[in-house]
Amino acid sequence: MDWLSTITRTFFDFGAMAEVLPQLIAVGLLNTLIISVSATIIGVALGMVVAVMGISPSAWLRVPARIYTDLFRGLPAILTILLIGQGFARLSQSIFGPSPYPLGIIALSLIASAYIGEIFRAGIQSVDKGQGEACRALGMSYAKSMRLVVVPQGVRRVLPALVNQFIAIVKDSSLVYFLGLLVGERELFRVGQDAAVLSGNLSPLVMAGVFYLIITVPLTHLVNYFDSRFRTGRRRPSAPSSGLKEVTELDAASPLITGSNT
Amino acid sequence: MSASTSTNNTTTGVQTFHGSSLELRSLTMAYGDIEVLRNVSLNVAPGTTTCIIGPSGSGKSTLLRGVNRLHEPKSGDVLLAGESTLKVKPDILRSRIGMVFQHFNLFPDHTALENVALALWSVKGMSKAAARERARRSLAEVGLAERADHSPRDLSGGQQQRVAIARALAMEPEVMLFDEATSALDPELVKGVLNLMAGLGRRGMTMLVVTHEMGFARKVADQVVFMDEGEVVESGTPAELFDNPRSKRLQRFLSEVL
Repeated sequence: MDWLSTITRTFFDFGAMAEVLPQLIAVGLLNTLIISVSATIIGVALGMVVAVMGISPSAWLRVPARIYTDLFRGLPAILTILLIGQGFARLSQSIFGPSPYPLGIIALSLIASAYIGEIFRAGIQSVDKGQGEACRALGMSYAKSMRLVVVPQGVRRVLPALVNQFIAIVKDSSLVYFLGLLVGERELFRVGQDAAVLSGNLSPLVMAGVFYLIITVPLTHLVNYFDSRFRTGRRRPSAPSSGLKEVTELDAASPLITGSNT
Repeated sequence: MSASTSTNNTTTGVQTFHGSSLELRSLTMAYGDIEVLRNVSLNVAPGTTTCIIGPSGSGKSTLLRGVNRLHEPKSGDVLLAGESTLKVKPDILRSRIGMVFQHFNLFPDHTALENVALALWSVKGMSKAAARERARRSLAEVGLAERADHSPRDLSGGQQQRVAIARALAMEPEVMLFDEATSALDPELVKGVLNLMAGLGRRGMTMLVVTHEMGFARKVADQVVFMDEGEVVESGTPAELFDNPRSKRLQRFLSEVL
C-alpha cells in the first residue's frame, strides 16, 4: 500500500492543510472574492454599454462594440492580464500605487465585459419585437423604450447566464497572481501555491481547490434552480376557467362601458 | 397644441372623444426594394371609423405603420388634423396616435395598471401618482377596474387586449389604429373587444381598423376600404362594398370569407 500513502501525503496532508487554512480564509478567500466581485460589477456595467452599443441602429456604435468583443473574447485571459498588468504598470503606479492588484481587476473586468456584453445582447435581442414597437407606438423614444421595457426584460432572462459568468471570473481570478502580488493581496491559488512550496506537497493547493468549489458549486446549483423557475414562471397552477364566465362578467358591466346594447 | 383632445362629459359620466381627421395622400411604402403599398389615398373624417379589409399580404398592416411612422413611408404624405405627419417628430406624432396590436404587446413584467401608467409618466410627464390615477380611470373605462393589479399573464386574451386599448386611450389620442385586434382572441372573447371598439367609434374617436371581422366592418364602419397587392381596390360605405362589390377581386375575396 505504498502508493496509497504517497497519494495521501501528496494530496491529503491534513497537517499542511490545517496550517494554511487561516491564511486561505483571511487572505486568499477574501482577495478572490474582492477581485471577482469587483471585476463582475465593472464587467456588468461595461458589458451593458457594449451590449447596447452592439444592437444600436448606428454602425458607429455597433462596429466598435463588435471589435471590442471579438478582441477580449478571442484572446487567452492570461495574455490579456499580462499585457494590461505589465503594459500599464507605469500609468497604474501614478494612480493606484505600486500594486498590480487594481490592474489585475481591470484586466479581468475587460475580459468579463466582453462575455457579459454578449450575454446581455443575446438577452435583449430575444425580447419580442412587439415590446419595443408598443413602446414606440406610445410615443416613447428608442432610448426610453430600451431602458424602461426592453432591457429589463432581456436582463431578467439572462440572470442564470450571468451567474455562470461570475463562476468563470472566480476561476480566472487565479491568473492575476502572474502580475506578482504583495503578501496580503494573494488570492486563493497563490496562497495555496506558496504554502505548497513550504510543505513540500500539494495539500495546500487541494485545500485552495476546495474553497473554489465551495464558491462555485452552490452557485451552479442555484443557477439551475433559478433557470427552471424562470422558465416555468412563478405561475401557480390555477383551475381552468370558462371563457363564457368572462363574457357574462362583461355583459353585467355597464353597457356604457362596453358600448354594447345601444 | 391640437384642438383634438378627449374630454369628460360629466352629465352622463361617459367619456366622449374628439378625433382628428386623417388623410393619406398617395402613400407609398417599401421594405427594401419591395413596394408593399402603392399610391394609397384615403380620407378619414373626424370621429368616423374606417375598416380596411383584404387578403393577407395586401399591405393593410403596413398602411397602419405608415400612419404613425413605425415604418417610414417611401413617398406620399399622411395628414393628421390637416397637418403633415412627416413634419412632426415621430415620438410626438405617435403620442397623438393610439395603436392596438394583434398580439396585445403588453409589458409582461408590469401589472395592468403599470402597463397603462408607464407612457403617461414617461412620455406625458405626469407625476407617477397622477399617471396611476389616470390609468385607473382608463382601465375602468374598458371594464377592468378590478383587474388593475393583475399581471398580463393572469388575464385572458380579451382582457389583455382591453388593457392594451386602455393603454392607448389613456394617452388621449386623436386617432386609434387597430391592427387585427381580435385575430388572436378565443372566439367567445372577440365580441367583447369589438363592442368596446364600436363604443369608441360612437363616442367620437377617429378609427382606422384593419380587420377580418366582416360583421364588424358592415355594422360599425362609416367607410370600408378593400385592399389587395398594396393598392386600394375599392372603397365606399359598407353597403356599397358588401352588397354591391364592383371589382372581381373584392367579389372573389367576399366569396371566400363570408
